[in-house]
Amino acid sequence: MHVRGLVKRYGGRAVVDGLDLDVHHGEVFALLGPNGAGKTTTIEILEGVRQRDEGTVRVLGEDPARVGRPWRARMGVVSQGEGAPQALTVREILDHFAGYHATPRPTGDLLAAVGLEEKAGTRVGRLSGGQLRRMAVALGVQGRPELVFLDEPTTGLDPVARRQFWQLIRDLRADGTTVLLTTHYLDEAAELADRVGIVAGGRLVEVAPPDELGGQLRLVTTVRWTEGGAAREVHAEAPGAVLRDLLAASVTGDVPGLTVTRPSLEDVYLRLVGAASTPTEGELR
Amino acid sequence: MTAVLVARPAPPSAARIALARVRLELRLFFRERQQVVVSFAYPVVMLVIFASILGGDERPGDIPFAQYFLAGIAATGIMLTSFQAVGTAIAAERETGQLERLQLLGTPPVAYFAGKAGQVLVTAALQLALLLPVARYGYDVPMPPDLGHWLTFLWVAALGALAGTVLGVAVSALPGSAGATTTAVSAFAIVLQFFSGVFFGFLELPGWMQQLAAVFPLKWLTQGMRSAFLPEQAGAFEVAGGWEHGKTALVLVAWVIIGVMVCVRTFRWRRGEG
Repeated sequence: MHVRGLVKRYGGRAVVDGLDLDVHHGEVFALLGPNGAGKTTTIEILEGVRQRDEGTVRVLGEDPARVGRPWRARMGVVSQGEGAPQALTVREILDHFAGYHATPRPTGDLLAAVGLEEKAGTRVGRLSGGQLRRMAVALGVQGRPELVFLDEPTTGLDPVARRQFWQLIRDLRADGTTVLLTTHYLDEAAELADRVGIVAGGRLVEVAPPDELGGQLRLVTTVRWTEGGAAREVHAEAPGAVLRDLLAASVTGDVPGLTVTRPSLEDVYLRLVGAASTPTEGELR
Repeated sequence: MTAVLVARPAPPSAARIALARVRLELRLFFRERQQVVVSFAYPVVMLVIFASILGGDERPGDIPFAQYFLAGIAATGIMLTSFQAVGTAIAAERETGQLERLQLLGTPPVAYFAGKAGQVLVTAALQLALLLPVARYGYDVPMPPDLGHWLTFLWVAALGALAGTVLGVAVSALPGSAGATTTAVSAFAIVLQFFSGVFFGFLELPGWMQQLAAVFPLKWLTQGMRSAFLPEQAGAFEVAGGWEHGKTALVLVAWVIIGVMVCVRTFRWRRGEG
């Protein structure tokens, strides 16, 4: 998947504003960003259901704006809504949609993979949110896709259902499926993705494996202490010198309230998102 | 991404998906008990009401009211199960994201339409199978006298159901929520019934109403039904002085063919863009 300079405007406002993205075969890539950052619009353009205004896009070797059924057969989508008639049972839905694929995964295998065997005879209208998502996953991978899109797959799920869901993604990856997912949960991106792309203000502001995210920002250590009753704070890439000076200046050999912290992934994320979105909004006004 | 060129067999044909959709649509239809009752009971109830109130009246050409009204209500029933039900259902399916899934699966629009059409043909047939005996044995309405009239009845009913389906697909493209579409479709269906001569003799309607109705399938469907159920001499009381079978077929077929061609291009799988 190869994206350069992607732009999408709604009523003159650029929701996606020059986004570049590469996703490699067989990896799990997470687009991470706050609501309204342009994640869903981006993924819909990549799925070939929304037209872009500018930029080049290649997905599975083709331009998603001009694709046919053979291309669609190679990709799967786990959408946000249930997208299935309420009056049918899970098994009826899976059996029906099997007819849209050349070589569908057997319904029994799908039910087992997503843990819905006991709910096979239940009508869709009676499923819980977590069960609906699992059915959506089953439908998304039914046609043995090479590439799977998941748009905020765990939003609204309870913690247990989320973890079960994560296992499904890991299983997909183990099968060699390329996965592109969007999320606004940092832990989800860190947990699942080989690489994370942070989207803010319609641009990709950072791409890295989860533990390298933030690069330089992450090296900046914060040293805090109390001096004369007032809190003091210093940011430094090499805090050793700061600490040496503090200790040397101290009469008692102790520094009250001393803490030395490295930024968490969350701190880095918030700074990246904040740094990217603030000037963008400024430009618009 | 460098595509790994796995040779994949071609996806199932549009015809196979269309068949699967007909089965699905029928299953869904019969699970919505309310819809089943309304579709099947409405024409019967209307026939009973109107025939009971106006049973003594006669229409032009000494036709008993019930006989004249059967043609109209049969046509209306077909419009209800085709145009009204389809327009409403598509708007709801779009709103709940069901069409989005079909789009992502690369479903050919024509296969989706065919699923609707198949379901409409089956339910319209059942509806008529219920209505005709009530008219025959409850109100002594004579049935088509020979094979020719039965064949007329069949092709008019089938083409009318298909044209109504196309009109339903077309109207579902109107912007707005599913609720708004349902309201608009119902209102349009009621007005069209009056304009098309379902309740009153079409000849009694003002000229502009006749001309407007002639654009839509229901007028032709109703007229075609009259040609199947009324005696030959009643044709003299049509606007053209005859049954106009050729023109009826032409208008209904045009609705189906041109309608499908337009709908395939303009069909929206999701709300808003695309």
